[in-house]
Amino acid sequence: MRPFEYFAPTSLQEAIDVLRQRGDGGRPLAGGTDLVVQMKEGVLRFPYPEYVVSLRRLPELKGMDFSEATGLRLGAGATFAEVAESPVVRERYPIIAEGASIVGSVQTMNMATVGGNLCNAAPSADIAPPLLACEATARIAGPSGQRTVPLDEFFVGPGETVLRPGELLVEVLVPPPPPRTGGAYRRHTPRKQMDIAVVGVAALVTLGPSTSSGQADGGAFQRVRLALGAVAPTPVRARNAEARLEGRPASDEAIAGAAAIAHDEAKPISDVRGSAAFRRHLVGVMTERLLKEAVARARR
Amino acid sequence: MSKQIITLNVNGERQEIAVEPRWTLLYTVREALRLTGSKEGCGTGDCGACSMIVDGRLVTSCLMLAAQADGTEVTTIEGLAPSPVAGADGRLHPVQQAFIDTGAVQCGFCIPGMIMAAKTLLDANPNPTLDDVRLGLAGNLCRCTGYTKIYEAVLSAADRMR
Repeated sequence: MRPFEYFAPTSLQEAIDVLRQRGDGGRPLAGGTDLVVQMKEGVLRFPYPEYVVSLRRLPELKGMDFSEATGLRLGAGATFAEVAESPVVRERYPIIAEGASIVGSVQTMNMATVGGNLCNAAPSADIAPPLLACEATARIAGPSGQRTVPLDEFFVGPGETVLRPGELLVEVLVPPPPPRTGGAYRRHTPRKQMDIAVVGVAALVTLGPSTSSGQADGGAFQRVRLALGAVAPTPVRARNAEARLEGRPASDEAIAGAAAIAHDEAKPISDVRGSAAFRRHLVGVMTERLLKEAVARARR
Repeated sequence: MSKQIITLNVNGERQEIAVEPRWTLLYTVREALRLTGSKEGCGTGDCGACSMIVDGRLVTSCLMLAAQADGTEVTTIEGLAPSPVAGADGRLHPVQQAFIDTGAVQCGFCIPGMIMAAKTLLDANPNPTLDDVRLGLAGNLCRCTGYTKIYEAVLSAADRMR
């Protein structure tokens, strides 16, 4: 690696001050599994940082907590391993635990952070579809104060977010799941680990009260959130497919109809991981499976 | 580029080291401390040959800046069994002995990382299935063995450690 300056602030304010005082050419560093690789490979068009600000010691970015009233707070510095192992995430947000537990290897998950995955803004980022489906919001701090952005508006393009120069992602806030809610995230990869999603699908459904009219499927879709990874320039919601389901009975037929809409709604590209047609096919198949799984979990 | 002093506890010994910001933990441990058991294969976190345990967590030390590891406890392959040179009895860690007995080592380059990953897995899960072992070692590449003997060695080590 070429030389760079290194700062290790011990508070959020100190980190923001460093970024403001030093100005352009700096990069915040979290787990390093994306940034350090880019710095080593010196890829073309990658602006090599003049200085790096380590986020490791910022208490404001650490850990996670949950309350029934406000939901889940995931610190931007929480590692995937911490998220995947957290009993409350596993119990209340299995959709998020599933996204966090398949990133890279054991080593990757011990280093890589939620904030790093979101700010690196790969269309295939595994934590993004589950958090989009959960309608998470991002809390951002910068030189002109703090702001909150719905995660849905956080991604701008591949590698690009709404973060302005000198701003840092502090935490992600996830609302508490309503009763009779179930969710699941899966991705398609040739390998189980150490791979990047060809397609990722997150489905979160909330069912209405069971009817006693002998309807086998019990209840209708009250709320449906579908999010797709690696099929557009950013992780995206599949809003047409969601709209198709809300208010309808939670039947296999309705789910198949929504999967067909998601198939048409995706805008994938062809690359080394798969052709656009293959990705579209996967969106249809996986959306159907994931919705069924989410419904099964909501009924539990 | 100016150096800064960091403190690491490596294999139970406190070390103060002057590092450049661009030095990785792997480079620092190998070049400044001359502990050359951990290897650099890919340098980009894909092969796992540089795996170390930092504050109880398995990491690829080629992607961790030494400065980011300031204040941590680091265990490298050298820390698993006290060296006979240092007057110890020369007994290896059960995972190391299992790799030898099973014939899981060919060229040996990946083995320090494999053993650190295997130890981490067995500390967390003393009764792993073959699938658990595969997942636990997914971040470690071996280009010689085809993995069969390595998985056998880890399962055998699990037996020995129970």
